Amino acid sequence: MSMALLMFLTFIAITLWITYWAAGRSSGPSAFFAANRRITGWQNGLAVAGDYMSAASFLGIAGIIAFQGYDGFMYSVGWLVAYLTVLLIVAEPLRNAGKYTMADVLAYRLQPRPVRAMASLSTLTVSTFYMIAQMVGAGALVTLLLKDSGISFHAAVIGVGALMIVYVVFGGMLATTWVQIVKAVLLMAGTLLLSILVVAHFEGSFVRFFDAVTRVTYRDANGVEVTQNFLQPGLRFKPPYGALDLVSLGLALIFGTAGLPHILVRFYTVPDAKTARVSVVWAMILIGSFYIMTTFLGFGAATIVGRETIAAGGGINMSAPLLARALGGDIFFAFVSAIAFATILAVVAGLTISASASFAHDFWTNVVHHEVERRPGEEVLVARLTAFVVGAVAITIAILLGPTANVAFLVGLAFAVAASANLPVIVLSLFWKRFNTTGAVTGLGTGLVSSIALILVSPSVMGVDPAGSSTRHLIQAPPLFPLENPGIISIPLGFMGALLGSLFRREQEAERRFAELSVRANTGLGSEKATLH
Amino acid sequence: MKPDAETVKRIDWDEIETTAEFQQLLAAKRRFIVRATLFFIVYYFALPVLVGWVPQWMSAPVLGPLNVAYLFALSQFLMAWCVAALYVRQASRWDRVARQIVERRSSAEGD
Repeated sequence: MSMALLMFLTFIAITLWITYWAAGRSSGPSAFFAANRRITGWQNGLAVAGDYMSAASFLGIAGIIAFQGYDGFMYSVGWLVAYLTVLLIVAEPLRNAGKYTMADVLAYRLQPRPVRAMASLSTLTVSTFYMIAQMVGAGALVTLLLKDSGISFHAAVIGVGALMIVYVVFGGMLATTWVQIVKAVLLMAGTLLLSILVVAHFEGSFVRFFDAVTRVTYRDANGVEVTQNFLQPGLRFKPPYGALDLVSLGLALIFGTAGLPHILVRFYTVPDAKTARVSVVWAMILIGSFYIMTTFLGFGAATIVGRETIAAGGGINMSAPLLARALGGDIFFAFVSAIAFATILAVVAGLTISASASFAHDFWTNVVHHEVERRPGEEVLVARLTAFVVGAVAITIAILLGPTANVAFLVGLAFAVAASANLPVIVLSLFWKRFNTTGAVTGLGTGLVSSIALILVSPSVMGVDPAGSSTRHLIQAPPLFPLENPGIISIPLGFMGALLGSLFRREQEAERRFAELSVRANTGLGSEKATLH
Repeated sequence: MKPDAETVKRIDWDEIETTAEFQQLLAAKRRFIVRATLFFIVYYFALPVLVGWVPQWMSAPVLGPLNVAYLFALSQFLMAWCVAALYVRQASRWDRVARQIVERRSSAEGD
């Protein structure tokens, strides 16, 4: 048995033990959806970090930096700064005024049924797209990392899907939280160790390291040897649209993170708004340190391993694991691979529980059954079933798409929808008295539709592949929209939709109840309390 | 004492909302949050705008091999942490005011 497989199995064993432990403590909706609201600040900080830093961050950004240098590091910056929006605008009011989902905050002063139905649709869209991207990535990655064990793509996807279903169905939010905490600790430890080894490789000298980064030699597409300064911008984002795409990406990150349902539900797991704030700060320390270290991961792979070796060893996403092998041998390769695996599992578990909570709490109980849970325990039961269904759907779609599908744009789509549909209505609902049900529905609608439509006609989906090469684009035609990131258009559209919709009609009740929401959000009076299990 | 579901139903939200101290708290929060948000948005978007439109300026070396682009990107991390620290300091003051508002209401209603 290979070392990597052994480490994978160890991690699975630990997480299943966590699930078993949590299962005994996960009865009742407050326990299942919000871990009894008794997670502490630093624990939730770790869990937020674990929920957020996906394989796209760990392997993807390291790879983009390794291949395209500085422009890849631009992603790293946005992923941290985005947390200021979470900290300053969303986390505390959400914790004070909500219960289990993002829609709770909207439903306070607006008509609950239409608003929850739309918010639930948007949540499920974001979670499903994000999850499919993770699952396809997971399948391809596990096959690659466990090459010697002969695990197929199908088996890997089913395995990851089954594990995430088990964590959520049996362990609820408590198990999900601790899986995310364990993953965050592993990820930080692995990244720190890898960074130290990179600097040690350059005899402990940052100057030598960065000197090497300014002179990276590789063969370009035509086989010509070129020497490139990897600290110089412009290797990824090129004229004529590169600059606009960069800004558009920035907008989606800065406004999208605070609208990601699986991040927002994490703030319901702590006792009060103050702890929510503390947990964002912990998360920012961890996430910031991690993304600064992507400098060493990405540039380290570029200088120590080299582009040709990475391409031959499985491609751009293998940059970090191959760097680990070059610096620490097979054991370290196995360790870093296991971290990548843990990373994927923690993120998909977070996505699954937020999707199930939204379907059960928003759609089933509040929309279908008019805010009444007919039998005690029904909401949790529906959530468990949803987790199972969502998992099965994600597994099926991932298998149908296959290991070579180009799904990276689905993560971008998830951020775009979160930024264009979710964030505008959350912000306006908290800060604008005149905001009403019509505005929320039109805002969520325009944000959702415009992001999806723009992505469908963007270069991520549309493009003409040269004859004879593998198919990279789903639609073989020149793109109608020049940018890969739709945020620059769809975010203003989402805000406009919410604004115009509100002005279209007056809603006395929504304006009258603004006082209640404002007092709740700002003082914590009447907020959901932690429960004993 | 923590209000239970029944007491919460009886809270006169409108009355609390109109008190001077609540309005002051709201104004103070809004002032800080709006300023801090504008600041970090301008600071952050300066990076993609400069990198995107004037890459030749950003490539100028400053500190040994390090150029403006990399140092500015690195400064974003510091900026985010500093804004977060300032916010936390302010927010703990607001916590005290909010607690006073909640406690005054409780004692007024005698529960």
